Amino acid sequence: MSIMENNGGSVIAMVGKECVAIACDLRLGNQALGVSSDFQKIFPVTDRIFLGLPGLGTDVTTLKELFRFRVNMYTIKEEREIEPETFAHLVSSTLYEHRFGPYFIEPVMAGLSKTPSGGFKPFIAATDLIGCLNFAKDFVVAGTASSKLFGVAEGLWEPDLEPEDLFETISQTIMNAVDRDAYSGWGCIVHVITKDQIVTRTLKARMD
Amino acid sequence: MNTFADRFSTSTAAGELRRAKALLEDDAEFSEASWGSEAGFGTLAKGVPTFSVPAVPSPSAFLRLHTDDHADPNCRIKIQHGTTTLAFRFKGGVIVAVDSRATAGSYIASGTVKKVIEINPYLLGTMAGGAADCQYWETYLGIHCRLHELRNRERISVSAASKYLSNLVYGYKGMGLSMGTMICGWDKTGPAIFYVDSDGTRLKGDLFSVGSGSTFAYGVLDQGYHWDLSDEEAQELGRRSIYAAGHRDAFSGNSCNLYHVKEDGWRFIGNYDISKLHYEGPGDVPGSAGKGYGYDIRVQSRNAVDVTAEA
Repeated sequence: MSIMENNGGSVIAMVGKECVAIACDLRLGNQALGVSSDFQKIFPVTDRIFLGLPGLGTDVTTLKELFRFRVNMYTIKEEREIEPETFAHLVSSTLYEHRFGPYFIEPVMAGLSKTPSGGFKPFIAATDLIGCLNFAKDFVVAGTASSKLFGVAEGLWEPDLEPEDLFETISQTIMNAVDRDAYSGWGCIVHVITKDQIVTRTLKARMD
Repeated sequence: MNTFADRFSTSTAAGELRRAKALLEDDAEFSEASWGSEAGFGTLAKGVPTFSVPAVPSPSAFLRLHTDDHADPNCRIKIQHGTTTLAFRFKGGVIVAVDSRATAGSYIASGTVKKVIEINPYLLGTMAGGAADCQYWETYLGIHCRLHELRNRERISVSAASKYLSNLVYGYKGMGLSMGTMICGWDKTGPAIFYVDSDGTRLKGDLFSVGSGSTFAYGVLDQGYHWDLSDEEAQELGRRSIYAAGHRDAFSGNSCNLYHVKEDGWRFIGNYDISKLHYEGPGDVPGSAGKGYGYDIRVQSRNAVDVTAEA
């Protein structure tokens, strides 16, 4: 049994028109046994960055705290908030520090980065468990349902979705993908990030 | 394994297959099927099931190498494994309840599997382990139950039917059959359940649950079970037990199929979506408490994000 599948769980992030969305399931299991239906895998990093950490449950908690520490240190030293691109590289290099004994996590990031003209540009990225960065222009997936998420997202996603449509797309994608995965599910949570607000919704999902 | 002795012996299952083949096929090279249709009778066209065995010294070792095994789950042909099935005997007959999920590794291959096999109007078989093995041999059992009826002018007893199956699978012991089944029915002696598995185990009992979710089902079943249950209470207990397993076990779920066996044969009670049971309960059915099994009890009352407020 793979250590990446020990606790189960999945995350997906999608780009829209001047917005991004990130969603995860809420299951924490011990192999086939479901233990918690309230285990969130997405954490706010700044007002405009969210980080999803699917993988081994213990490392989700550890890395959440580690990134909180490193982002706080960055903010104090630089006297400004970290940008999504910079944060992605922070995640990447933190994971590569453990190249020969890695954390069993495949992070997914979503955020809005500042442009020189003062606007905001959607940003998503994902890495593997030792920090290989993948900057995608459409969507990124990770976790036990990643293959299923790829399939549904590939079919539903389209460019320049408005926030409401992006919410619908990401919600349908994660709910349907997770229903085909034994290790993910037990509820879903979705965050939609726009320049002036963050909308968080918990979905009524299948509980089996 | 003594493969040499196995190859030439006439008493083992492999030997018997060889003998049946030699007896039934004039030219062993090609079966009649290669010349055209056998009218849907498949391997039973000649009355005796014959199987093509791989041309290797040990067919069972060959099969083990290429199919899913608990010891080594990597890169194998995956066979359906995760399941919850239960059956119990009570005053009013037998309740049979099963889930409907089929998994291949972590992939949920289907959510609409019929895991209760209707052998004849008085006999039901449940399906756990290899789906094909259960389906084939329990259908085959149905043929022989009918033949018994025609020969003896009387319905076969549940005991005899289950023994026929257990002797049959015992003949293939070690060749990779995988089934854990409950043969349930009503005969002269009243309601009866026999647990039969591919190891050759055959047990008579009042209450069984089989599959990866069986522990969860037993938990609910044991605390709610007694002999004098009313029909409605018994049906509700079966439903509630399968729900518990579907909820907690990753490899069980999707829906619950419920059957009730009485003196005049089995009756299909209904198909219940397990997620619907969680949120709303079984709906307007006898024995229902009229509310969801799980939602109010332990999801909504917690301090988690409010589910309904923004939906």
